[in-house]
Amino acid sequence: MFTQVKYYQPYNSPNDPCPPVRVKSYQTPPQLYIGFQPPNLQQFSPKQALYCGTLWPAFYSPYPDPDGRNDDK
Amino acid sequence: MWYYEKKLQYPVRVGSCNPQLAKYLIEQYGGADGELSAALRYLNQRYTIPDKVVGLLTDIGTEEFAHLEMIATMVYKLTKDATPEQMKAAGLGAHYANHEHALYYENAAGSAWTATYIAAKGDPIADLYEDIAAEEKARATYQWIINLSDDPDLNDGLKYLREREIIHSQRFREAVEILKEERDRQIFF
Repeated sequence: MFTQVKYYQPYNSPNDPCPPVRVKSYQTPPQLYIGFQPPNLQQFSPKQALYCGTLWPAFYSPYPDPDGRNDDK
Repeated sequence: MWYYEKKLQYPVRVGSCNPQLAKYLIEQYGGADGELSAALRYLNQRYTIPDKVVGLLTDIGTEEFAHLEMIATMVYKLTKDATPEQMKAAGLGAHYANHEHALYYENAAGSAWTATYIAAKGDPIADLYEDIAAEEKARATYQWIINLSDDPDLNDGLKYLREREIIHSQRFREAVEILKEERDRQIFF
């Protein structure tokens, strides 16, 4: 399944001074995967396109992660 | 030449006076990966790149100035009526001493913008790869500022700007593919 966020588990020492973040994430937005934009992609309505910052859902990248699994907070 | 449209590319709303957030946001105004660096980098590269991608650099470089204007509006609104005490508490005391409420091309740490932030190698692939990297770095900077910000109105604009970095990166990646393609080569059967 395609996801725009990837996760990894960094090493945590028992002597780390800060409370450990056990799972870290990084963004992998759609432009990394698409290559040349294919013709006839599905389009947002004009209003939705302005809100999203792009005309095409295939390029839309919500941030923060809508699944709410961000590690940083 | 350019035509100027007297409106912002995307509406800017700021929820509260927050000079602390302005201090972080100024990174996108006069920082290494900010909108000024981006605009000047792309527009300057146009002269020494194959004709096929000159228009793309013009379009994206121009849009970066529209983003610069949005960031300026955000920073201005965040600091507009802040007292000297509020500026000092936000770490902007030194800025206030030099600039009062004026905007300045500097990064979040207060270092003035410098042309050494941008490169022009003259090699089309090297320059476009630089541009892709610049877009990804600007995207990351928007992420970190969104993480620092607790102003939902402001974040709406920042999320829009982050998405535009993604589209720009996509277009630069396509430009590299255009230059790689062997379209002009003779084909023999």
